[in-house]
Amino acid sequence: MAFPDDVRYTQEHEWARDEAGVITVGITSYATEQLGDVVFVELPEVGRAVETGKAFGVVEAVKTVSDLFAPVSGEVVEVNGAITDNPALVNQEPFAAGWLVKIKASDASEHGKLLSAVDYEKLVEESH
Amino acid sequence: MTSATTPRRTPFHEYHRLAGAKLVDFAGFEMPVRYTGDVREHLAVRNGAGLFDITHMGEFEVRGAGAEAWLNRMVTNDVSALAVGQALYSPMCRPDAGIVDDLLVYRYADHYMVVVNASNMAKDFAWMDGLRPADVSLVDRSAETALLAIQGPKAADIVRGHVPAAAMDLGYYRFTTGELFGVPATVSRTGYTGEDGFELYFAPEHGDRVWKGLVEAGAPYGLELIGLGARDTLRLEMGYMLYGNDIDDVTTPLEAGLGWTVKLAKAEFNGKDVMVKQKAEGLKRKLVGFQLDGRRVPRHGMKILSGGREVGVVTSGTFSPSLERPLGMGYVEAALAPTGTALEIDAGSTRLAARVTARPFYTRGSHRS
Repeated sequence: MAFPDDVRYTQEHEWARDEAGVITVGITSYATEQLGDVVFVELPEVGRAVETGKAFGVVEAVKTVSDLFAPVSGEVVEVNGAITDNPALVNQEPFAAGWLVKIKASDASEHGKLLSAVDYEKLVEESH
Repeated sequence: MTSATTPRRTPFHEYHRLAGAKLVDFAGFEMPVRYTGDVREHLAVRNGAGLFDITHMGEFEVRGAGAEAWLNRMVTNDVSALAVGQALYSPMCRPDAGIVDDLLVYRYADHYMVVVNASNMAKDFAWMDGLRPADVSLVDRSAETALLAIQGPKAADIVRGHVPAAAMDLGYYRFTTGELFGVPATVSRTGYTGEDGFELYFAPEHGDRVWKGLVEAGAPYGLELIGLGARDTLRLEMGYMLYGNDIDDVTTPLEAGLGWTVKLAKAEFNGKDVMVKQKAEGLKRKLVGFQLDGRRVPRHGMKILSGGREVGVVTSGTFSPSLERPLGMGYVEAALAPTGTALEIDAGSTRLAARVTARPFYTRGSHRS
Protein backbone atom coordinates (compact mmCIF):
# COMPACT_ATOMS: atom_id res chain seq x y z
CA MET A 1 0.00 0.00 0.00
CA ALA A 2 1.49 3.35 -1.03
CA PHE A 3 0.71 6.63 0.75
CA PRO A 4 0.97 10.24 -0.47
CA ASP A 5 4.38 11.73 0.34
CA ASP A 6 3.21 15.36 0.56
CA VAL A 7 1.78 14.75 4.05
CA ARG A 8 3.10 13.32 7.32
CA TYR A 9 1.57 10.62 9.49
CA THR A 10 0.86 9.54 13.08
CA GLN A 11 1.10 6.10 14.66
CA GLU A 12 -2.70 6.32 15.08
CA HIS A 13 -3.27 6.60 11.30
CA GLU A 14 -3.97 10.31 10.95
CA TRP A 15 -2.31 12.30 8.17
CA ALA A 16 -1.25 15.96 8.46
CA ARG A 17 -0.52 18.46 5.68
CA ASP A 18 1.41 21.64 6.55
CA GLU A 19 0.40 24.80 4.67
CA ALA A 20 2.24 27.75 6.24
CA GLY A 21 1.68 26.57 9.80
CA VAL A 22 -1.95 25.52 9.29
CA ILE A 23 -2.15 21.74 9.51
CA THR A 24 -4.94 19.94 7.63
CA VAL A 25 -5.75 16.62 9.35
CA GLY A 26 -7.52 13.49 8.13
CA ILE A 27 -7.37 9.73 8.55
CA THR A 28 -5.44 7.51 6.15
CA SER A 29 -6.79 5.08 3.57
CA TYR A 30 -5.44 2.28 5.77
CA ALA A 31 -7.54 3.60 8.67
CA THR A 32 -10.71 3.76 6.56
CA GLU A 33 -10.15 0.21 5.34
CA GLN A 34 -9.83 -1.00 8.90
CA LEU A 35 -12.87 0.94 10.07
CA GLY A 36 -15.24 0.16 7.21
CA ASP A 37 -18.07 2.50 6.30
CA VAL A 38 -17.91 5.74 8.29
CA VAL A 39 -21.38 6.89 9.34
CA PHE A 40 -20.57 9.82 11.62
CA VAL A 41 -17.63 12.01 12.59
CA GLU A 42 -17.73 14.06 15.78
CA LEU A 43 -15.46 17.10 15.38
CA PRO A 44 -14.44 19.88 17.75
CA GLU A 45 -15.72 23.44 17.40
CA VAL A 46 -13.65 26.09 15.68
CA GLY A 47 -11.54 27.87 18.27
CA ARG A 48 -10.98 24.84 20.47
CA ALA A 49 -7.43 24.06 21.62
CA VAL A 50 -6.11 20.59 20.85
CA GLU A 51 -3.02 18.87 22.21
CA THR A 52 -0.62 16.49 20.47
CA GLY A 53 -1.63 12.86 21.00
CA LYS A 54 -4.89 13.75 22.77
CA ALA A 55 -8.31 12.80 21.42
CA PHE A 56 -10.11 15.63 19.61
CA GLY A 57 -13.00 13.75 18.01
CA VAL A 58 -14.64 10.42 17.23
CA VAL A 59 -15.16 8.41 14.05
CA GLU A 60 -18.18 6.09 14.11
CA ALA A 61 -18.18 3.32 11.53
CA VAL A 62 -20.86 0.67 11.14
CA LYS A 63 -18.79 -1.95 12.91
CA THR A 64 -16.57 0.05 15.24
CA VAL A 65 -15.70 3.40 16.77
CA SER A 66 -12.34 5.11 17.00
CA ASP A 67 -10.99 8.25 18.65
CA LEU A 68 -9.20 10.88 16.56
CA PHE A 69 -5.84 12.02 17.91
CA ALA A 70 -4.31 15.42 17.25
CA PRO A 71 -1.03 15.19 15.31
CA VAL A 72 0.05 18.62 16.57
CA SER A 73 -0.94 21.06 19.32
CA GLY A 74 -2.77 24.23 18.37
CA GLU A 75 -6.17 25.76 17.72
CA VAL A 76 -8.88 24.40 15.45
CA VAL A 77 -9.42 27.03 12.73
CA GLU A 78 -11.73 25.11 10.37
CA VAL A 79 -13.77 21.89 10.32
CA ASN A 80 -14.98 20.05 7.24
CA GLY A 81 -18.74 20.60 7.21
CA ALA A 82 -19.15 18.47 4.07
CA ILE A 83 -18.51 15.25 6.00
CA THR A 84 -21.30 16.05 8.47
CA ASP A 85 -23.76 15.68 5.60
CA ASN A 86 -21.82 12.97 3.79
CA PRO A 87 -19.58 10.91 6.12
CA ALA A 88 -18.87 8.49 3.24
CA LEU A 89 -16.45 11.13 1.89
CA VAL A 90 -14.00 9.92 4.52
CA ASN A 91 -14.00 6.48 2.88
CA GLN A 92 -14.12 7.74 -0.69
CA GLU A 93 -11.43 10.42 -0.54
CA PRO A 94 -9.57 10.12 2.75
CA PHE A 95 -6.64 12.29 1.60
CA ALA A 96 -8.73 14.95 -0.16
CA ALA A 97 -12.43 15.80 0.26
CA GLY A 98 -12.60 13.61 3.36
CA TRP A 99 -10.27 15.82 5.45
CA LEU A 100 -11.48 16.49 9.01
CA VAL A 101 -10.05 19.65 10.63
CA LYS A 102 -7.46 22.39 10.15
CA ILE A 103 -5.28 23.22 13.13
CA LYS A 104 -3.15 26.39 13.52
CA ALA A 105 -0.03 24.83 14.99
CA SER A 106 1.36 26.40 18.17
CA ASP A 107 4.85 24.98 17.47
CA ALA A 108 5.97 25.24 13.86
CA SER A 109 8.50 22.40 14.25
CA GLU A 110 6.04 19.73 15.39
CA HIS A 111 4.78 18.73 11.94
CA GLY A 112 8.27 17.85 10.75
CA LYS A 113 8.63 15.29 13.56
CA LEU A 114 5.70 13.17 12.34
CA LEU A 115 6.24 10.01 10.30
CA SER A 116 7.22 10.24 6.65
CA ALA A 117 5.20 8.31 4.03
CA VAL A 118 7.96 5.68 3.87
CA ASP A 119 8.00 5.20 7.65
CA TYR A 120 4.22 5.07 7.78
CA GLU A 121 4.13 2.46 5.05
CA LYS A 122 6.56 0.36 7.13
CA LEU A 123 4.33 0.77 10.17
CA VAL A 124 1.30 -0.44 8.24
CA GLU A 125 3.16 -3.41 6.80
CA GLU A 126 4.44 -4.40 10.24
CA SER A 127 0.93 -4.37 11.64
CA HIS A 128 -0.16 -6.98 9.10
CA MET B 1 -8.62 -27.40 18.69
CA THR B 2 -6.81 -25.58 15.91
CA SER B 3 -4.06 -23.25 17.06
CA ALA B 4 -5.06 -19.59 17.16
CA THR B 5 -1.98 -18.68 15.10
CA THR B 6 -2.96 -20.83 12.11
CA PRO B 7 -6.61 -20.17 11.36
CA ARG B 8 -8.39 -22.72 9.20
CA ARG B 9 -9.38 -21.84 5.67
CA THR B 10 -12.65 -22.69 3.98
CA PRO B 11 -12.81 -24.15 0.44
CA PHE B 12 -13.65 -20.62 -0.78
CA HIS B 13 -10.60 -18.88 0.65
CA GLU B 14 -8.98 -18.21 -2.72
CA TYR B 15 -12.20 -16.62 -4.05
CA HIS B 16 -12.31 -14.30 -1.05
CA ARG B 17 -8.70 -13.29 -1.57
CA LEU B 18 -9.17 -12.68 -5.30
CA ALA B 19 -12.26 -10.58 -4.57
CA GLY B 20 -10.15 -8.34 -2.34
CA ALA B 21 -11.86 -9.31 0.91
CA LYS B 22 -10.52 -8.12 4.22
CA LEU B 23 -9.93 -11.41 6.03
CA VAL B 24 -10.02 -11.77 9.79
CA ASP B 25 -9.57 -14.58 12.27
CA PHE B 26 -13.05 -15.51 13.44
CA ALA B 27 -13.52 -18.44 15.82
CA GLY B 28 -10.37 -20.10 14.46
CA PHE B 29 -11.25 -19.57 10.80
CA GLU B 30 -9.86 -17.01 8.36
CA MET B 31 -13.12 -15.42 7.20
CA PRO B 32 -14.08 -12.47 4.97
CA VAL B 33 -15.38 -9.61 7.09
CA ARG B 34 -15.87 -7.22 4.17
CA TYR B 35 -15.46 -7.22 0.37
CA THR B 36 -16.57 -3.78 -0.84
CA GLY B 37 -18.22 -2.11 2.16
CA ASP B 38 -20.59 -3.02 4.97
CA VAL B 39 -23.40 -0.72 3.82
CA ARG B 40 -23.24 -1.69 0.16
CA GLU B 41 -23.18 -5.41 1.00
CA HIS B 42 -26.03 -5.03 3.48
CA LEU B 43 -28.26 -3.22 0.99
CA ALA B 44 -27.42 -5.74 -1.74
CA VAL B 45 -28.97 -8.47 0.42
CA ARG B 46 -32.03 -6.36 1.30
CA ASN B 47 -32.67 -5.33 -2.32
CA GLY B 48 -31.13 -8.09 -4.47
CA ALA B 49 -29.08 -11.04 -3.34
CA GLY B 50 -25.87 -11.83 -1.51
CA LEU B 51 -23.60 -14.86 -1.18
CA PHE B 52 -22.11 -15.73 2.22
CA ASP B 53 -19.42 -18.27 3.07
CA ILE B 54 -20.48 -19.60 6.47
CA THR B 55 -18.51 -22.84 6.32
CA HIS B 56 -17.15 -22.02 9.78
CA MET B 57 -20.46 -23.14 11.30
CA GLY B 58 -20.37 -26.64 12.86
CA GLU B 59 -22.47 -29.64 11.81
CA PHE B 60 -23.08 -32.63 14.08
CA GLU B 61 -24.80 -35.79 12.92
CA VAL B 62 -27.06 -37.48 15.47
CA ARG B 63 -28.29 -41.03 14.93
CA GLY B 64 -29.75 -43.92 16.88
CA ALA B 65 -32.94 -45.23 18.44
CA GLY B 66 -32.78 -42.65 21.22
CA ALA B 67 -31.86 -39.67 19.05
CA GLU B 68 -35.17 -37.83 19.15
CA ALA B 69 -35.78 -38.29 22.87
CA TRP B 70 -32.21 -37.25 23.71
CA LEU B 71 -32.21 -34.14 21.50
CA ASN B 72 -35.51 -33.17 23.05
CA ARG B 73 -33.89 -33.24 26.50
CA MET B 74 -30.88 -31.24 25.24
CA VAL B 75 -32.76 -28.35 23.64
CA THR B 76 -35.66 -26.19 24.82
CA ASN B 77 -37.76 -26.29 21.64
CA ASP B 78 -39.77 -29.37 20.63
CA VAL B 79 -37.80 -31.72 18.38
CA SER B 80 -40.62 -34.28 18.45
CA ALA B 81 -42.82 -31.83 16.52
CA LEU B 82 -40.43 -31.85 13.53
CA ALA B 83 -41.51 -33.47 10.28
CA VAL B 84 -38.87 -35.00 8.02
CA GLY B 85 -37.57 -32.09 5.94
CA GLN B 86 -38.12 -29.51 8.66
CA ALA B 87 -35.61 -27.47 10.66
CA LEU B 88 -35.98 -25.96 14.11
CA TYR B 89 -34.25 -23.07 15.87
CA SER B 90 -33.56 -23.70 19.55
CA PRO B 91 -31.39 -22.76 22.48
CA MET B 92 -29.50 -25.63 24.13
CA CYS B 93 -29.38 -25.04 27.87
CA ARG B 94 -27.46 -26.12 30.93
CA PRO B 95 -29.39 -27.41 33.96
CA ASP B 96 -29.21 -23.86 35.41
CA ALA B 97 -30.90 -22.62 32.16
CA GLY B 98 -27.79 -20.75 30.96
CA ILE B 99 -27.48 -21.08 27.17
CA VAL B 100 -24.73 -23.42 25.92
CA ASP B 101 -25.48 -22.39 22.32
CA ASP B 102 -28.31 -21.52 19.98
CA LEU B 103 -28.58 -23.92 17.07
CA LEU B 104 -30.63 -25.48 14.30
CA VAL B 105 -31.92 -29.07 14.37
CA TYR B 106 -32.64 -30.64 10.96
CA ARG B 107 -34.75 -33.79 10.80
CA TYR B 108 -33.75 -36.16 7.97
CA ALA B 109 -35.50 -39.49 7.30
CA ASP B 110 -32.99 -41.52 9.33
CA HIS B 111 -30.99 -39.02 11.41
CA TYR B 112 -30.72 -35.44 12.67
CA MET B 113 -28.21 -32.72 11.86
CA VAL B 114 -27.43 -30.10 14.50
CA VAL B 115 -25.86 -26.85 13.23
CA VAL B 116 -23.93 -24.89 15.85
CA ASN B 117 -21.98 -21.66 16.09
CA ALA B 118 -18.31 -21.84 15.06
CA SER B 119 -17.23 -20.20 18.30
CA ASN B 120 -18.94 -22.95 20.31
CA MET B 121 -18.13 -26.01 18.21
CA ALA B 122 -15.69 -27.67 20.62
CA LYS B 123 -17.68 -26.69 23.72
CA ASP B 124 -20.95 -27.97 22.24
CA PHE B 125 -19.50 -31.28 21.13
CA ALA B 126 -17.95 -31.93 24.55
CA TRP B 127 -21.20 -30.92 26.27
CA MET B 128 -23.39 -33.09 24.10
CA ASP B 129 -21.02 -36.07 24.04
CA GLY B 130 -20.83 -35.98 27.84
CA LEU B 131 -24.60 -36.33 28.13
CA ARG B 132 -25.05 -38.79 25.27
CA PRO B 133 -26.72 -42.15 26.06
CA ALA B 134 -25.53 -45.47 24.61
CA ASP B 135 -28.31 -45.64 22.01
CA VAL B 136 -27.31 -42.35 20.34
CA SER B 137 -24.30 -41.65 18.12
CA LEU B 138 -22.87 -38.15 17.73
CA VAL B 139 -20.40 -37.42 14.91
CA ASP B 140 -18.79 -34.08 14.09
CA ARG B 141 -19.20 -33.59 10.31
CA SER B 142 -17.95 -29.99 10.30
CA ALA B 143 -14.71 -30.70 8.43
CA GLU B 144 -16.66 -32.63 5.77
CA THR B 145 -19.26 -29.92 5.24
CA ALA B 146 -19.08 -26.71 3.23
CA LEU B 147 -21.87 -24.19 3.87
CA LEU B 148 -22.91 -21.24 1.73
CA ALA B 149 -25.90 -18.97 2.22
CA ILE B 150 -27.59 -17.11 -0.62
CA GLN B 151 -29.98 -14.51 0.74
CA GLY B 152 -32.16 -11.76 -0.63
CA PRO B 153 -35.40 -11.25 -2.56
CA LYS B 154 -33.66 -12.45 -5.77
CA ALA B 155 -32.08 -15.58 -4.21
CA ALA B 156 -34.81 -17.91 -5.46
CA ASP B 157 -34.50 -16.63 -9.04
CA ILE B 158 -30.75 -17.25 -8.93
CA VAL B 159 -30.89 -20.85 -7.74
CA ARG B 160 -33.89 -21.87 -9.88
CA GLY B 161 -32.87 -24.73 -12.15
CA HIS B 162 -29.74 -25.47 -10.13
CA VAL B 163 -31.48 -26.91 -7.06
CA PRO B 164 -34.11 -29.68 -6.80
CA ALA B 165 -37.47 -28.44 -8.09
CA ALA B 166 -38.95 -29.13 -4.64
CA ALA B 167 -36.64 -26.49 -3.17
CA MET B 168 -38.53 -23.74 -4.98
CA ASP B 169 -41.74 -24.56 -3.09
CA LEU B 170 -40.16 -24.93 0.37
CA GLY B 171 -41.60 -22.89 3.21
CA TYR B 172 -39.40 -21.10 5.73
CA TYR B 173 -37.42 -23.57 7.88
CA ARG B 174 -38.04 -26.42 5.45
CA PHE B 175 -35.32 -28.26 3.55
CA THR B 176 -34.80 -30.88 0.89
CA THR B 177 -31.91 -32.96 -0.38
CA GLY B 178 -30.86 -33.44 -3.96
CA GLU B 179 -28.54 -32.03 -6.60
CA LEU B 180 -27.10 -28.55 -6.32
CA PHE B 181 -25.24 -27.73 -9.55
CA GLY B 182 -25.06 -31.51 -10.01
CA VAL B 183 -23.56 -32.36 -6.62
CA PRO B 184 -25.33 -33.87 -3.59
CA ALA B 185 -26.54 -31.23 -1.16
CA THR B 186 -28.99 -30.21 1.51
CA VAL B 187 -30.93 -27.15 0.36
CA SER B 188 -32.54 -25.33 3.26
CA ARG B 189 -34.93 -22.38 3.20
CA THR B 190 -33.31 -20.73 6.22
CA GLY B 191 -31.11 -17.76 6.95
CA TYR B 192 -29.92 -15.10 9.35
CA THR B 193 -30.94 -11.99 7.42
CA GLY B 194 -34.73 -11.70 7.39
CA GLU B 195 -34.76 -12.16 3.63
CA ASP B 196 -35.86 -15.11 1.55
CA GLY B 197 -32.99 -17.42 0.72
CA PHE B 198 -31.23 -20.71 1.10
CA GLU B 199 -28.49 -22.31 3.14
CA LEU B 200 -26.60 -24.90 1.12
CA TYR B 201 -24.73 -27.81 2.72
CA PHE B 202 -22.43 -29.96 0.58
CA ALA B 203 -19.03 -31.69 0.53
CA PRO B 204 -16.02 -29.32 0.46
CA GLU B 205 -14.53 -31.02 -2.62
CA HIS B 206 -17.44 -29.61 -4.64
CA GLY B 207 -16.70 -26.09 -3.45
CA ASP B 208 -15.35 -24.77 -6.77
CA ARG B 209 -18.29 -26.08 -8.75
CA VAL B 210 -20.95 -24.66 -6.46
CA TRP B 211 -19.23 -21.30 -5.90
CA LYS B 212 -18.64 -20.73 -9.61
CA GLY B 213 -22.17 -21.90 -10.40
CA LEU B 214 -23.76 -19.48 -7.95
CA VAL B 215 -21.59 -16.54 -8.98
CA GLU B 216 -22.36 -17.14 -12.66
CA ALA B 217 -26.09 -17.67 -12.11
CA GLY B 218 -26.18 -14.64 -9.85
CA ALA B 219 -24.39 -12.21 -12.15
CA PRO B 220 -27.51 -11.14 -14.11
CA TYR B 221 -29.23 -10.46 -10.76
CA GLY B 222 -26.41 -8.41 -9.28
CA LEU B 223 -25.39 -11.07 -6.74
CA GLU B 224 -22.76 -9.64 -4.38
CA LEU B 225 -20.32 -11.30 -1.99
CA ILE B 226 -21.16 -10.58 1.63
CA GLY B 227 -18.81 -10.57 4.61
CA LEU B 228 -19.34 -11.14 8.30
CA GLY B 229 -19.72 -7.38 8.84
CA ALA B 230 -22.95 -7.14 6.85
CA ARG B 231 -24.07 -10.52 8.20
CA ASP B 232 -24.04 -8.89 11.64
CA THR B 233 -25.93 -5.73 10.62
CA LEU B 234 -28.52 -7.81 8.77
CA ARG B 235 -29.18 -10.07 11.76
CA LEU B 236 -29.24 -7.16 14.17
CA GLU B 237 -31.91 -5.31 12.14
CA MET B 238 -34.01 -8.46 12.61
CA GLY B 239 -33.26 -8.65 16.33
CA TYR B 240 -31.71 -12.11 15.94
CA MET B 241 -29.38 -13.29 18.70
CA LEU B 242 -25.60 -13.46 18.33
CA TYR B 243 -24.14 -15.97 20.75
CA GLY B 244 -21.40 -14.41 22.88
CA ASN B 245 -23.00 -10.97 22.51
CA ASP B 246 -26.69 -11.22 23.31
CA ILE B 247 -26.87 -14.67 24.86
CA ASP B 248 -24.31 -16.79 26.69
CA ASP B 249 -23.78 -19.30 29.49
CA VAL B 250 -25.27 -16.95 32.12
CA THR B 251 -28.35 -15.70 30.26
CA THR B 252 -31.53 -17.76 29.95
CA PRO B 253 -33.80 -18.04 26.90
CA LEU B 254 -36.64 -16.37 28.81
CA GLU B 255 -34.47 -13.36 29.68
CA ALA B 256 -33.42 -13.15 26.02
CA GLY B 257 -37.03 -13.02 24.81
CA LEU B 258 -36.75 -16.52 23.33
CA GLY B 259 -39.78 -17.80 25.24
CA TRP B 260 -41.32 -18.91 21.94
CA THR B 261 -38.53 -21.52 21.67
CA VAL B 262 -39.02 -22.86 25.22
CA LYS B 263 -41.68 -25.57 25.39
CA LEU B 264 -42.36 -25.85 29.10
CA ALA B 265 -45.06 -28.46 28.37
CA LYS B 266 -42.31 -30.93 27.37
CA ALA B 267 -41.77 -33.69 29.96
CA GLU B 268 -38.17 -32.94 30.83
CA PHE B 269 -35.28 -30.92 29.39
CA ASN B 270 -32.13 -29.22 30.64
CA GLY B 271 -32.98 -25.98 32.38
CA LYS B 272 -36.73 -26.63 32.62
CA ASP B 273 -36.97 -26.38 36.43
CA VAL B 274 -35.15 -23.04 36.52
CA MET B 275 -37.25 -21.61 33.70
CA VAL B 276 -40.52 -22.78 35.27
CA LYS B 277 -39.43 -20.91 38.40
CA GLN B 278 -38.35 -17.84 36.42
CA LYS B 279 -41.70 -17.74 34.70
CA ALA B 280 -43.62 -18.09 37.98
CA GLU B 281 -41.60 -15.49 39.85
CA GLY B 282 -41.15 -13.06 36.97
CA LEU B 283 -37.91 -12.07 35.25
CA LYS B 284 -35.44 -9.68 36.86
CA ARG B 285 -33.95 -8.58 33.56
CA LYS B 286 -35.00 -8.72 29.93
CA LEU B 287 -33.30 -8.26 26.59
CA VAL B 288 -34.75 -5.25 24.79
CA GLY B 289 -34.19 -3.60 21.46
CA PHE B 290 -33.70 0.14 21.33
CA GLN B 291 -33.31 2.87 18.73
CA LEU B 292 -31.44 6.13 19.02
CA ASP B 293 -31.63 9.49 17.33
CA GLY B 294 -28.50 11.07 15.88
CA ARG B 295 -25.63 9.00 14.54
CA ARG B 296 -23.59 7.95 17.56
CA VAL B 297 -23.68 4.17 17.83
CA PRO B 298 -24.20 2.05 20.97
CA ARG B 299 -21.56 -0.68 21.35
CA HIS B 300 -21.32 -4.04 23.12
CA GLY B 301 -20.46 -3.52 26.79
CA MET B 302 -21.67 0.09 27.18
CA LYS B 303 -23.75 0.73 30.31
CA ILE B 304 -27.49 1.42 30.04
CA LEU B 305 -28.77 4.11 32.41
CA SER B 306 -32.19 5.28 33.58
CA GLY B 307 -32.47 8.45 35.65
CA GLY B 308 -28.68 8.40 35.99
CA ARG B 309 -28.73 4.91 37.52
CA GLU B 310 -27.08 1.88 35.89
CA VAL B 311 -29.88 -0.50 34.84
CA GLY B 312 -28.24 -2.76 32.28
CA VAL B 313 -25.69 -3.29 29.53
CA VAL B 314 -25.61 -3.10 25.73
CA THR B 315 -25.07 -6.51 24.12
CA SER B 316 -25.14 -5.51 20.42
CA GLY B 317 -25.19 -2.20 18.60
CA THR B 318 -24.71 -0.91 15.10
CA PHE B 319 -25.67 1.75 12.62
CA SER B 320 -28.59 0.30 10.68
CA PRO B 321 -27.98 0.69 6.93
CA SER B 322 -31.66 0.07 6.10
CA LEU B 323 -33.17 2.40 8.70
CA GLU B 324 -30.23 4.85 8.60
CA ARG B 325 -30.09 5.18 12.36
CA PRO B 326 -28.28 3.59 15.28
CA LEU B 327 -29.93 0.68 17.06
CA GLY B 328 -28.99 -1.93 19.58
CA MET B 329 -30.03 -4.55 22.08
CA GLY B 330 -29.24 -5.02 25.74
CA TYR B 331 -30.41 -6.36 29.06
CA VAL B 332 -32.33 -4.00 31.37
CA GLU B 333 -34.31 -4.35 34.59
CA ALA B 334 -37.64 -5.92 33.66
CA ALA B 335 -39.63 -2.83 34.69
CA LEU B 336 -37.85 -0.86 31.95
CA ALA B 337 -38.60 -3.33 29.14
CA PRO B 338 -41.92 -1.98 27.80
CA THR B 339 -41.79 -0.46 24.31
CA GLY B 340 -41.31 3.29 24.41
CA THR B 341 -39.34 3.37 27.69
CA ALA B 342 -36.65 6.08 27.62
CA LEU B 343 -33.10 4.91 28.35
CA GLU B 344 -29.62 6.42 28.18
CA ILE B 345 -26.47 4.78 26.87
CA ASP B 346 -23.17 5.69 28.52
CA ALA B 347 -20.83 6.20 25.53
CA GLY B 348 -17.90 7.44 27.60
CA SER B 349 -17.57 11.11 26.74
CA THR B 350 -21.30 11.48 26.14
CA ARG B 351 -24.69 9.95 26.90
CA LEU B 352 -26.98 8.83 24.11
CA ALA B 353 -30.77 8.99 24.35
CA ALA B 354 -32.43 5.68 23.43
CA ARG B 355 -35.94 4.30 23.59
CA VAL B 356 -37.11 0.72 23.76
CA THR B 357 -38.36 -0.45 20.36
CA ALA B 358 -40.22 -3.57 19.25
CA ARG B 359 -38.21 -6.13 17.28
CA PRO B 360 -37.66 -6.81 14.48
CA PHE B 361 -36.41 -3.30 13.84
CA TYR B 362 -36.63 -3.96 10.10
CA THR B 363 -40.06 -5.24 9.06
CA ARG B 364 -39.92 -5.32 5.26
CA GLY B 365 -37.86 -8.50 4.88
CA SER B 366 -38.77 -10.98 2.14
CA HIS B 367 -38.43 -14.17 4.17
CA ARG B 368 -41.26 -16.66 3.99
CA SER B 369 -43.57 -17.24 6.91
